[in-house]
Amino acid sequence: MSATGTPPATVSLDADPFAPEILESPLAFQEQLREAGAVVYLRRYGVHALGRYEHVHAALTEWQSLSSAAGVGLANFRHEEPWRTPSLLLEADPPLHDAPRAVLSGILGPRAIRRLRHAWAQDARELVDRVVRAPELDAVTELAQAFPLRVFPDAVGLEREGRHHLLPYGDHAFNAFGPPNELVAKGAEHIAEHAAWVGDQCARERLAPGGFGAAIWEAADRGDITEEQAPLIVRSLLTAGVDTTVHALGAVLYAFATHPDQWRRLREDPRLARVAFDEAVRWESPVQTFFRTATGDVEIGGTTVPDGEKVLMFLGAANRDPRHWRDPDTFDLTRDPSAHVGFGMGIHQCVGQHIARLEAESLLTALAERVERIELAGTPRRHLNNTLRAWSSLPVRVHAT
Amino acid sequence: MAVTTFATSRPSGGSGRSAATSLRVDRKVTVADDVVELTLTRPDGGRLPDWTPGAHVDLVLDDGLTRQYSLCGDRWDPRTYRVAVLREADSRGGSSFVHDRLREGDLVGLGGPRNNFALAPATEYHFVAGGIGITPLLPMIAQAAMLDVPWRLLYGGRSRSSMAFADRLVAEHGDRVTILPEDEHGRPDLPSWLPDPSHGAKVYSCGPTGLLTAVQRACAHWPAGRVRTERFVAAAEEPGTGGRRFEVELRRSGTTLTVGPDQSLLQVLGEAGVHVLSSCRQGLCGTCETPVLGGVPDHRDSILDEGDRAAGDCMFVCVSRARSERLVLDL
Repeated sequence: MSATGTPPATVSLDADPFAPEILESPLAFQEQLREAGAVVYLRRYGVHALGRYEHVHAALTEWQSLSSAAGVGLANFRHEEPWRTPSLLLEADPPLHDAPRAVLSGILGPRAIRRLRHAWAQDARELVDRVVRAPELDAVTELAQAFPLRVFPDAVGLEREGRHHLLPYGDHAFNAFGPPNELVAKGAEHIAEHAAWVGDQCARERLAPGGFGAAIWEAADRGDITEEQAPLIVRSLLTAGVDTTVHALGAVLYAFATHPDQWRRLREDPRLARVAFDEAVRWESPVQTFFRTATGDVEIGGTTVPDGEKVLMFLGAANRDPRHWRDPDTFDLTRDPSAHVGFGMGIHQCVGQHIARLEAESLLTALAERVERIELAGTPRRHLNNTLRAWSSLPVRVHAT
Repeated sequence: MAVTTFATSRPSGGSGRSAATSLRVDRKVTVADDVVELTLTRPDGGRLPDWTPGAHVDLVLDDGLTRQYSLCGDRWDPRTYRVAVLREADSRGGSSFVHDRLREGDLVGLGGPRNNFALAPATEYHFVAGGIGITPLLPMIAQAAMLDVPWRLLYGGRSRSSMAFADRLVAEHGDRVTILPEDEHGRPDLPSWLPDPSHGAKVYSCGPTGLLTAVQRACAHWPAGRVRTERFVAAAEEPGTGGRRFEVELRRSGTTLTVGPDQSLLQVLGEAGVHVLSSCRQGLCGTCETPVLGGVPDHRDSILDEGDRAAGDCMFVCVSRARSERLVLDL
């Protein structure tokens, strides 16, 4: 609110945050956005953008006035047909959101996933032992992708055949939150086959006993959710549980490959693995953006967002807002990255965050045991996605002990 | 149209400052014989932790005496909790304290909210309330109405004047609601009121033990998971240090810290340079789980179930405190 009583003029920008050059390198745009105002109107898309930590954090938690049910992408489900059946978690508001969220929070909660810790640590050690035999490797394909693809589909209880559909399916789902640009068009070419496979895996009989998927169906048997909801909740795991983790691991591996002093710190105290991962999630923000829709006229930082209009929250910009973080552009293990918004915040906060942290902790701990130094061995290449900040290739040289 | 002003309560970044675990009593009104309704807000006016119908909060009263009360307000108002408190004849301090001593403007400690009685999807709901057991059902009824799911309520009590919210329920919902004061109608005939278990129907009941036993007997032929009850228990937990000062020993770093009444454990740890990763700072997300090696935690989170709480081997340091004078943590 303006202390002087002067109503702040609505600031607007022409820039396209989904243009390839900004997706490739978004930091300058994010700074421009933060400095332009608390709420900035993006003329190209007719949406109200937030880039400051304070307002992004508040927008994420204020589910009463900022709805997810009209879609958390640019498309407004009040007027536009969603490309797939909306998610019961991400694209739902209370009360419909309650039961699916409660079930998944239980299955993926910190207490429930303790049983995976030992096996995942062992899996990580085996993977690292094998990978570091070569002095140079691609940290994206051989670590950031290989580890989640090794442990997560098994934990869900997926069959072995067809797992290659997971990454392109998730990639398209995250592209589809943005405008219908070339990235979406390219993904759409093959989405039918990926979506068909993913859809098939959500059925009760496809899911191995003891996994997260079977646990979702058990919740339906108990009556905590309906049988119609169960497959869509399994689909949420498969959509949101793979690409995000892969890119978050890519982020932390890139961070260490470019910050040898921080790698030394982790080697000295491997218990920093958890902090390191969250600091990388803050620093790179693998999920960059999400939208909400105003459920009435909503005033944010002195600007009124009219009923039914879209609000675009830049998690990545908030996570580097100097109003909130000291030296925000520095990757620093002595920092407390707590309360970053890289996993979101509030009732829609990433329900799989403890899984992501456990995967990262397992992999980083195994790497810290075996790798004395890790450094870039070539030029890393970005993978462009309308929502995700990602690497497609991260050539590194490792010095194994 | 009214504009929702979007207050940005400012959570801190690195300092580890926690959400308040104290609530202020904004209003205290008598809503039936021996029933007062409390309206509770954060002293700074900020958002309260989110909750769902069926949830309860722990209110830490007086010298750390903890009582559980179902939330009976409207969660579309994120800055207010409502609870209704019955004066119990055999009160061990909690309810008589609320009735006789608690005043508007006073502070009470908060734990939770937690939900052991969540409203699961159904094609129709049959609600059965006994006395003050109406409280968790109020938000459930509002939700069923919002979702346009058919529902009905059987509400029994000693006498009409003892039955909180009965008039409002009848006024708002008409013949969906059956009010049965025992002094006028005797005890409800549950078997004839309850339907045959149609596909997808659920029964939710809260009240005294006698009522719940009767509901379970009348629903003995219903499939598992379709009849859900919450016992209205008045069990008070042992007095602990409540919101008071306690000591915390960090076994690995070999230091001992003191947590004052207005500080959170997370905050004290952060100021001592012991950074525990956290996120929501409301006891909701589970990020700041910390192993407990000794002492008895005062669990204020929304995550642990009764078994986990009794085990006492971990705690969420953003909101939880100590029941014992001293805690030992694996930090």
